[in-house]
Amino acid sequence: MAEQLDVAFDFGASSSTYQEKYGFFDPENYAFKSKKGLNHEIVEEISWMKNEPDWMREFRHRSLDIFYKKPMPQWGGNLNEIDFNDIYYFVRAAEKQGRNWDEVPADIKNTFDKLGIPEAEQKFLSGVGAQYESEVVYHSVKDSLTKQGVIFTDTDSALKEHPDLFKKYFGTIIPPADNKFAALNSAVWSGGSFIYVPPGVHVDMPLQAYFRINTQNMGQFERTLIIVDEGAFVHYVEGCTAPTYSSNSLHSAVVEILVMKGGRARYTTIQNWSSNVYNLVTKRTVAHQDATMEWVDANLGSKLTMKYPSIYLTGKGAHGEVLSVAMAGKGQHQDTGGKAIHAAPHTTSQIISKSISKDGGRTSYRGLLQVYPGAEGSKSKVQCDALLLDEHSRSDTYPYIDVQENDVTIGHEASVSKIGEEQLFYLTSRGLTDNEASAMIVNGFIEPLAKELPMEFAVELNRLINLQMEGSVG
Amino acid sequence: MAHDLEIRDLHVEVEGKEIIKGVNLTIDKGQVHAVMGPNGSGKSTLANTLLGHPHYIVTQGDILYKGQSVLEMKPDERSRAGMFLAFQYPHSVSGVTVANFLRTALNAKRKTTMNGNFKPIAIPEFRKMMREKMAMLKLDDSFATRYLNEGFSGGEKKRAEILQMAILQPEIAILDETDSGLDIDGVRIVSEGVNSLQGPNLGILIITHYQRILNFIKPDFVHVLVKGKIAVEGGPELALKLEEQGYEWVLKETV
Repeated sequence: MAEQLDVAFDFGASSSTYQEKYGFFDPENYAFKSKKGLNHEIVEEISWMKNEPDWMREFRHRSLDIFYKKPMPQWGGNLNEIDFNDIYYFVRAAEKQGRNWDEVPADIKNTFDKLGIPEAEQKFLSGVGAQYESEVVYHSVKDSLTKQGVIFTDTDSALKEHPDLFKKYFGTIIPPADNKFAALNSAVWSGGSFIYVPPGVHVDMPLQAYFRINTQNMGQFERTLIIVDEGAFVHYVEGCTAPTYSSNSLHSAVVEILVMKGGRARYTTIQNWSSNVYNLVTKRTVAHQDATMEWVDANLGSKLTMKYPSIYLTGKGAHGEVLSVAMAGKGQHQDTGGKAIHAAPHTTSQIISKSISKDGGRTSYRGLLQVYPGAEGSKSKVQCDALLLDEHSRSDTYPYIDVQENDVTIGHEASVSKIGEEQLFYLTSRGLTDNEASAMIVNGFIEPLAKELPMEFAVELNRLINLQMEGSVG
Repeated sequence: MAHDLEIRDLHVEVEGKEIIKGVNLTIDKGQVHAVMGPNGSGKSTLANTLLGHPHYIVTQGDILYKGQSVLEMKPDERSRAGMFLAFQYPHSVSGVTVANFLRTALNAKRKTTMNGNFKPIAIPEFRKMMREKMAMLKLDDSFATRYLNEGFSGGEKKRAEILQMAILQPEIAILDETDSGLDIDGVRIVSEGVNSLQGPNLGILIITHYQRILNFIKPDFVHVLVKGKIAVEGGPELALKLEEQGYEWVLKETV
């Protein structure tokens, strides 16, 4: 009881708009800003600015060629309006990375203060990385973790400081040729998090990364690599916001995760981009024997999100979960879901998706459940529930299922519901406004997922949903 | 002085059809009124109209709460002003616990009553209050953690309604068929809950088909609604007469 009571629907606490709370921007006082446009010179420039080894420079050029060759995907959201030559691919905001917040330029520190990052770091995090434009401007991890051999750093630094570990795994889980946007990220990647958790080490409090875009027409391409060794555990959380501009920005990340035997990783995203950001992200985990991977993926912001966190269950007894929440308002399309690939016996997976559409917004659940021959005794459950707040909004379901093994247990459920007038009358007759009543129904709808989050993030998710709900019904 | 609730020549349409055809009724705090009537007489329409259900259109007359017309007020405004409706068929809200719902509703009301000095109720204070009210309704503590009306039995739903009333402390409460679907023990528990809330600061309007609940909650006034109009009025003895003789004689008299 205590738990939900304390996360009560705190209406009024979020009376500011996205614009006021997240949509502000800082003056540009940058160390370096590339010219707009995508070509081999830009790729060369990024690699040179970062003083990278040849193999990485070559990897980038090769990836750009793959990007050029691949056609634009037409099966999901509308990507045809992205002008790749109208984007800044690399912006260095600060000359050097801060290890404490005083070393971060004042404007940027001020931004992260407003977003509450230093405060959260003090209270309930084991470590924080803060990326501003293309690079991580602040990074810190508790000494106790470092002493246990945990590595938590930005991906650029990891390439320099842990070259062997880096090269062994980088690009192995999501190769550049995987899809057009994985190729783009591979060509121009910058920033992101690198995590290694040694065998048996249990990181108690979450590690968090926060991604902030400030420039108009910015492209942010962070690259994250997480390796959880045998029997280890880590919970990584990412948040993101951007100013509201009239022209579009592009965020295209690649996240690769490896969970070794008996290990467990949880990756929580609270995506809150402004509604002019294309969010096209590839996330994938390989889970070895008896390993567990959990994706908790909340998508509230962006113009278009296409993201399907996936889990390759390659070891016997591995377990994977995807909990996905998507909310689409006016002009937004959330094309999200999850993939579970059973490639070993007795593997189990669960994909639960909850989507909310309002004010003409569109949500699509897109998921893949694949069971290879020989993955006997595997079990999977897929459940997708959609909530429509009005007649103009839309929700679709695209569940792809490919099962090539007989001895499996598969469950699939889907539901669509609408907020009814009677239900609203009931709640408003108790003193809640139309918006508060709708927000309560929406928060209740996602409660099965919210309760999976640590308290602080559940509160944050609740607050963001209330913020989105304001002024929407009426 | 203005009455706490005054229904004046009220006419109500639902989907173009007139259901309430000129009702007059006055309720003051400290009083218990019962509106009885056969099926289809307009009882639930009256209840829903008082709280401002958007489907029910007032075409003539007025509803005054403490002398002010509420016709332009939305349901939430009427609620925060002190009106309450215990629903015949309460809706479920998945994922929202009883405790969370009650606290949210109470804070919404406090926002109005405390004006600029609003402070959410402190959690320990709220818990204490909620536990007391739940004990009164013979609901154990775990009830607070269940999702509102989800999987509730008929009796639990009605008790949850009275629990909401106990927490929100309205000045005018309308109970719409609160006894329907309950066995005799259920009626007693709910009635005891209502009785414990009775007092000089609460006016109650019980809407019921059967006299049964009035054995437990004694009305001061009984009004019989037939075909959208008050056909007969009287004291508690009128309810007993209806119980014995049914509605036949009223229907005859009104023809």
